[in-house]
Amino acid sequence: MNWPAVLALAAGTYLLRLTGIVLRDRIAVPARVERYLDLGATALLVALVATAALTDGDGFAGWARPGGVAVGALLAWRRMPFVLVVVLAAATTATLRQLGVP
Amino acid sequence: MRSLFRTVDRADFRDALALAAAVGVVGASYGTLAAAAGVPPAITLGMSVVVLAGGSQFLVVAVVAAGGSPVAAVLGGLLLNARHLPFGLAMSGIIADRWPGKLLGAHILIDEVVAFSRARGSGERARVAYWTCGALLATFWFLGTLVGMLAGAAVPDPSVFGVDAAFPAALLALVLPALARADARRVGLTAAVLALLATPVLPPGLPVLVGLLGLLVAGRPVREATS
Repeated sequence: MNWPAVLALAAGTYLLRLTGIVLRDRIAVPARVERYLDLGATALLVALVATAALTDGDGFAGWARPGGVAVGALLAWRRMPFVLVVVLAAATTATLRQLGVP
Repeated sequence: MRSLFRTVDRADFRDALALAAAVGVVGASYGTLAAAAGVPPAITLGMSVVVLAGGSQFLVVAVVAAGGSPVAAVLGGLLLNARHLPFGLAMSGIIADRWPGKLLGAHILIDEVVAFSRARGSGERARVAYWTCGALLATFWFLGTLVGMLAGAAVPDPSVFGVDAAFPAALLALVLPALARADARRVGLTAAVLALLATPVLPPGLPVLVGLLGLLVAGRPVREATS
């Protein structure tokens, strides 16, 4: 990895980030489309949750990680504090791994 | 900007700090892996400042470690970061009203920051949350990278702490309120299934974008309950 490559990745990533923001300003978006942009963000976030919780590379992540995420999900659903969700999800997964769960 | 941060809700700050702490731990593992792969320290640290996108930085390190070309690393990283464009479309109004804010705010458009801000609506609180969370995550990502590079092999594998479960759990907690709407639930569930089905067959980054096809089941707008 060299500096030209790093700067290319940085510039490309920044432009991807900025393009969406600027496009939205430039175009008059009807309410119907606005709803799709809003739902689109939700779709991406839930897709991120699903893939991050269950997959590693192109395969299954093992049971320890989804186990921790499930505990976090339960706590979030019961409206427990966010900090508790994060810490107990991690602690559950760590404990499962200690116990030899992959 | 100073006046913006003065209005930070204390609970929001605490929550953002929890997220940032987890980011710091992952940053440390990135720093360690990069050093082990022989990436020069200036480049490892530089990426945490100018790229500021964890997934693509890990991908670069993996490509370098496997002896791949920088071009492959850059293209793979950009594919992974393509989701930021639709995130920008959705977040534009929250980030800033004027140019300097938009230009700076674009750099901290990070998955967790988007989710963190969206969980707080679309008003002033969401804007303050965006900037607070973004600034904390960027700082902890940098510091974590530095610690990882300096401590090297002394940094344990973050999977020991279960940090890999903390992120999806945190994102889920943040997106949960939005899923109270029936159409969002339908779209989200479809997005998750499609992304999971695509994961074994598509390169990293694309499965999440495939999730956008969940919009096909958006159906008609839900009429907001008026009282």
